[in-house]
Amino acid sequence: MPINYIYPKYDVVRDSTRCIKCGACMRQCANEVHSYDDELDVMKSDSMDCVDCQRCVSICPTRALKIIPAENRLRPNGSWSQDDIYEIYRQAEGGGVLLSSMGTPKNYPIYWDKMLINASQVTNPSIDPLREPMETRVFLGKKPGKLEFDRKGKITTKLGPHLELNVPIMFSAMSYGSISKNAHESLARAAEELGTYYNTGEGGLHKDFYKYGKNTIVQVASGRFGVHEEYLNAGSAIEIKMGQGAKPGIGGHLPGAKIREEVSRTRMIPMGADAISPAPHHDIYSIEDLRQLVFSLKEATNYTKPVIVKIAAVHNVAAIASGIARSGADIIAIDGFRGGTGAAPTRTRDNVGIPIELALASVDQRLRDEGIRNDVSIVVGGSIRNSADIVKAVALGADAVYIASAALMALGCHQCHSCHLGKCNWGIATQRPDLVKRLNPEVGYKRLVNLVNAWNYEIKEILGGMGINSIEALKGNRLMLRGVGLADKELEILGIKHAGE
Amino acid sequence: MKRVYVNEEWCLGCHLCEYYCAFQNSGESDMVKAFGRDEKPVSRIRVEDVDGEDGIHFAVSCRHCDDPQCVKGCITGALSIKDGVISVNEDKCIGCCTCVLSCPYGAIVIDEGKAIKKCDLCVKNGNGEPACVANCPNRAIVFEERG
Ligand code: SF4
Ligand code: SF4
Ligand code: SF4
Ligand code: SF4
Repeated sequence: MPINYIYPKYDVVRDSTRCIKCGACMRQCANEVHSYDDELDVMKSDSMDCVDCQRCVSICPTRALKIIPAENRLRPNGSWSQDDIYEIYRQAEGGGVLLSSMGTPKNYPIYWDKMLINASQVTNPSIDPLREPMETRVFLGKKPGKLEFDRKGKITTKLGPHLELNVPIMFSAMSYGSISKNAHESLARAAEELGTYYNTGEGGLHKDFYKYGKNTIVQVASGRFGVHEEYLNAGSAIEIKMGQGAKPGIGGHLPGAKIREEVSRTRMIPMGADAISPAPHHDIYSIEDLRQLVFSLKEATNYTKPVIVKIAAVHNVAAIASGIARSGADIIAIDGFRGGTGAAPTRTRDNVGIPIELALASVDQRLRDEGIRNDVSIVVGGSIRNSADIVKAVALGADAVYIASAALMALGCHQCHSCHLGKCNWGIATQRPDLVKRLNPEVGYKRLVNLVNAWNYEIKEILGGMGINSIEALKGNRLMLRGVGLADKELEILGIKHAGE
Repeated sequence: MKRVYVNEEWCLGCHLCEYYCAFQNSGESDMVKAFGRDEKPVSRIRVEDVDGEDGIHFAVSCRHCDDPQCVKGCITGALSIKDGVISVNEDKCIGCCTCVLSCPYGAIVIDEGKAIKKCDLCVKNGNGEPACVANCPNRAIVFEERG
């Protein structure tokens, strides 16, 4: 049916005066866009399956390639965009749910960009991080309300288990299965070198990675894949995944094609079988149930590891967080609606959840109002793009942040939003051996370390500018933020003043 | 001595090393021009491929052997060792290809009708690092000292 014809989204443009016909583009495009015609001695391309991952562009030795948005337009229409119409054609043809990956590309407001940071002038001196000590170390976990000492000055207050981070940045959950082994290894090694943590996601822990346990957070999700006693004890903390920002309220589905031998062994499920994580945990229907799981996990690990509960930022996030803080959890991780995913229904990804900035502000305020803020640490993720976002998050009340999309970009991700197709040309979101090897962890981990070190230095510079010498002193210090172009209600929720006030 | 080593685990079979090698030795400053002529520059490194999802790829170039068969076999003395690097004097080479037959790695390249070509670790044309190593996108070949 000609209705089903969907014009390619991109045009692959090859400058034939520059192309030397080396064939690298052809060998590197897993979508088989490029080909060589030996009769005519020309490189050709058919852009039908191009996803604009930029692999060929990046690897072409003569800069002969570029990918541009295809110019073919349906008749312009203010109400119906071309994408809206094509999606209807697709669903009319296949009758299925539309799938997408990574974070929503829709134009929702980014509150980070509507907040500005303060700096010292005249009356309070700023600090130069190159000359004076500056602390970005963070401890996550329950903080005691007061400290008690014996006569000799030794602390007698019993401190619970906590995580120590050299930088206020951790790598958030991405399962082995949704991303490749080499991507996991890069994250693990970077976390080790940086003195922070990476997160297994819900896919279990590959046996080769137990050695990074000190820098690992192991996740327990609704599918309970790969969860066993040794696994729980392998990491430094356990995260219960209740929800994910990209797809609040729904579970996960790793297609059987990605469940090859090693993934199958790690997840403890048969090869080739789809891995389906149910939407809810079938044993959790209340905060009391959650408390049971929190304490089962603590019991299983002898109360030596902090428990994180991760939720998606949804409408009544503050009340939920309050419940979690009372469930015995040590850390609450909140994932904003811009967060990424290996695969999610497009409609959910693009329409469900709330911005992390508002969620964070209201959770922090609620926990403070209830006098339980010290019972838990708050970690936010799902849209952290740079060090300034982190400074703003900390000023709004976060103890640390999770990054994932940014980490994948450091590994080469070009945001083509095609993870769910399993043919990631950068060796990240794929299990195909020939593609996985494109990510050399030796290269990958150093890039992650560079990124986080650069951000950490920038954080110190911004802190110094404010005359603050430790990240702890900025936490929840909303006076350091001012809004620009925000309505009264937004300012009220964020708990900040407008610029000029 | 620093040599080019192959980490075949990471080789993608992209063949870019071959193109950068040929370009580096072409004497041209522009890659497009180097390959634009009818006579294409030849590479001293060659990538072996077994294609497919579980395929194997690796790049082969001169190992700069401690006891090189090619130098021993050369009938005109065109091949010589200097500081461990084996290179060819193109004026002396008569293109008999004795070295091509004697190299156990098949690392010497025939350039139809001309002197043979072989890797000299970019000592004559390079800027410290062999071009193939500098441009490999995945560190599948490295230039380093090993025991
Ligand atoms: S899918 Fe990626 S590698 Fe293939 S043509 Fe498009 S941009 Fe290039
Ligand atoms: S990688 Fe560039 S030079 Fe090589 S064939 Fe493709 S377009 Fe041509
Ligand atoms: S450039 Fe590197 S990855 Fe590509 S074929 Fe050569 S050695 Fe292999
Ligand atoms: S050309 Fe072959 S025999 Fe000669 S030094 Fe190189 S690897 Fe050894």
